[in-house]
Amino acid sequence: MIPEIGHFALILALALALVQGVLPLVGAHRNDATLMGAARSAAYGQLFFVVIAYACLTYAFLNNDFSVLYVANHSQLSLPTMYKVTAVWGGHEGSVLLWILLLAAWTVAVGFFSKRLPDSFVARVVGVLGLLSIGFLLFALLTSNPFDRLSPAPADGGDLNPLLQDPGMAFHPPMLYIGYVGFSVAFAFAIAAMLSGNLDRTWARWTRPWTTVAWVFLTLGIALGSWWAYYELGWGGWWFWDPVENASFMPWLIGTALIHSLAVAEKRGLFKSWTLLLAIAAFSLSLLGTFLVRSGIIVSVHAFATDPQRGVFILAFLGIVILSALVLYAWRAPSLDSEAGFKPMSRETFLLLNNVLLVIATVVVFFGTLAPLIYEVLGVGKISIGPPWFNLVFLLPMLPLAFLVGIGMHTAWRHQPTSAIWKRVRIPAIVAVIAGVLIPGMLYGRFGVMVSVGTIAALWIIITSLIEPIRSWRRAEGAAKITPAILGMSVAHLGVGLFVIGVTLVSAFSIETDQSMRAGQTLDVAGHQFELRELRQVQGPNFSAIEGAVEIRRDGEFVAEVRPQKRQYLVQKNWMTEAGIQVHWNKDLFIALGDQLGNDAWSVRIQYKPMIRFIWLGTLVMALGGLIAITDRRYRRKVSA
Amino acid sequence: MSRYLIPLIAFAILIPVFIIGLDPERNVNELPSPFIGKPAPTFELPTLKDPARSVGSANFEGQAVLVNVWATWCVGCRQEHNFLLQLEESGTIPIYGINWRDTRPEALGWLEQLGDPYVASADDRDGRVGIDWGVYGAPETFLIGADGTVLYKHLGPLNWPIWERDFVPLLTSTEVDR
Repeated sequence: MIPEIGHFALILALALALVQGVLPLVGAHRNDATLMGAARSAAYGQLFFVVIAYACLTYAFLNNDFSVLYVANHSQLSLPTMYKVTAVWGGHEGSVLLWILLLAAWTVAVGFFSKRLPDSFVARVVGVLGLLSIGFLLFALLTSNPFDRLSPAPADGGDLNPLLQDPGMAFHPPMLYIGYVGFSVAFAFAIAAMLSGNLDRTWARWTRPWTTVAWVFLTLGIALGSWWAYYELGWGGWWFWDPVENASFMPWLIGTALIHSLAVAEKRGLFKSWTLLLAIAAFSLSLLGTFLVRSGIIVSVHAFATDPQRGVFILAFLGIVILSALVLYAWRAPSLDSEAGFKPMSRETFLLLNNVLLVIATVVVFFGTLAPLIYEVLGVGKISIGPPWFNLVFLLPMLPLAFLVGIGMHTAWRHQPTSAIWKRVRIPAIVAVIAGVLIPGMLYGRFGVMVSVGTIAALWIIITSLIEPIRSWRRAEGAAKITPAILGMSVAHLGVGLFVIGVTLVSAFSIETDQSMRAGQTLDVAGHQFELRELRQVQGPNFSAIEGAVEIRRDGEFVAEVRPQKRQYLVQKNWMTEAGIQVHWNKDLFIALGDQLGNDAWSVRIQYKPMIRFIWLGTLVMALGGLIAITDRRYRRKVSA
Repeated sequence: MSRYLIPLIAFAILIPVFIIGLDPERNVNELPSPFIGKPAPTFELPTLKDPARSVGSANFEGQAVLVNVWATWCVGCRQEHNFLLQLEESGTIPIYGINWRDTRPEALGWLEQLGDPYVASADDRDGRVGIDWGVYGAPETFLIGADGTVLYKHLGPLNWPIWERDFVPLLTSTEVDR
């Protein structure tokens, strides 16, 4: 009964999405206040029914209702309750439902927080979001109904994929989706602006906080996924250039470009059509990511249960959304652009370079990801492009970007003489170069070109982003303080610097070794002794595991004991690696059990990862910067138009 | 040409690539089974019902058979179970089971409760034969020709439409060959 209520609620949500997607747009076109007024109520109603559907599915999971096919495939009696709740989005159908829920929630948030915006604009935004909701609801109802029944109901379910039974992984998808779906708001703002033919600086100011929030969640989502891969997959890597990772990274890169171009659009009224295009592209790439993951078109470790029918639906939907947006763009954008120029030594120039480099980076990732498909379509044969290619080619646009950040932050809008910029940044530049060359050699005993370049770039970004906050802090009481917008920008860039440090040092100085080990044996890696004291059998709620007790010593002195596990989940029978990791602020000591080799010996992977925490710390600080920036008071000002 | 048209054109060029990519004939995950057209890997395992007796490739000789990899923990297997029972009843083809990474009491309980469509089921408790056969998830079903070659491999639960579409044509054509 409950699943049928959920199914029915989803159908009602579709009906309301139809109202929400049609009436407000017609109303805005005809300037009919009644029709426009339908926008908010329809959006609230849609959210209400989607919440009911979502709650019904969660209820089915909590009550082990294996007569629901989706529950039978993704849960099991002894699955811990927390994972029963997160299992709701652990598979294709449920994650589509989560996407729908988040889209409805974003829509209501827009309706709620935009009371000061003109009614016709809100009506258009909510209408466009309604059209997107229609697409996703149809997708769920026609191809991916999470409420389908299974008869006869099995006594027990097939269990949630053990990879997903982990706190990091449980919250990675919702974070990512909040970000993906959040870009639909910027998209809807762009479409609304093109429909109305009005694109001024206030438009950019309205769009900025929404874009930034979406970007913050996407950043956190990607970071969680990376962190999870590091400790759960047992390889000790943090980024693999897997197609699905790339699918989340491309909207992030474009979203980052969008945040920067919106700054120009707001402050100077420039880059208008370019900003529109980025807003369209950020969401289009989110959709494309969904398509790649769920259609089975590209080989990936993430691939969902694939189904060509779903692929056809998403491709059709994606084609309609993106094509109509781009047609509208080709038609309306020319009249929105202003032809004002700007001087070469100005913040505008640096933000333009930022955008160009980020877009190049996106194009690189895009073609790297799709290359296997394109090659196959051209009949050149099957190829796969590996991490070495990405690591190299991706650096080409990123390295100049790292150096431009420090200058761009300290260049004024409109124009600033080169000498004034140089005066501000020369000391950071000198410090960064000297320290960047010396520090890696002094700490790790090895010099290298790439290490120095990376460290210089990182220190340069860190120092230049701290200049402004420190100045403000030292300014006399009563003097103008730094605004949240500038502080947020500085903090986010500081995060980039910390991230670059982590990436540089991990790539240069990691030590890893795969060896066979027996209980009682000691291995010496990176100045630490790892003693495998014993191996024993342990039992979890729904898995059994071999657990190693590993004592880590340094020069004979006890450092820590870690307990890596090799788990076998009882239902799906697959083996999972839980690495034992000793975390320090400046290094990780990592040990993972591999395979049993016979004679009680196990293959083990031991790794020393200097500064790896800075990779995730950096992304957290970036996200924090975004959060600080949206608290800026001007986003809550009344509209002056 | 207006520069505002460039994004539209770029995207339009990509669409055919995606459409071709979606072609159902093209399956990237189909590690185009190295076995198809090759002799099926030989095996010999104790039967589920009586560990003292064994079942294996030797039993198939000279006839086309269906080899179905199943387990009690597999939901898809439960879904296809009725189909297998009906297929067995129709007498089209003998079905052999490989009970994969399972326990004997549970597997026997399952057959007792749901019915047994198999001529015999091999007990592949530690999944070794599964590895030889390239099994990476249950259920998987192999169609073995009379000459012992693998004619087809199906991933996931079977049902009548799939059977009619993918298996029947192969069966009749090999019949003719013989």
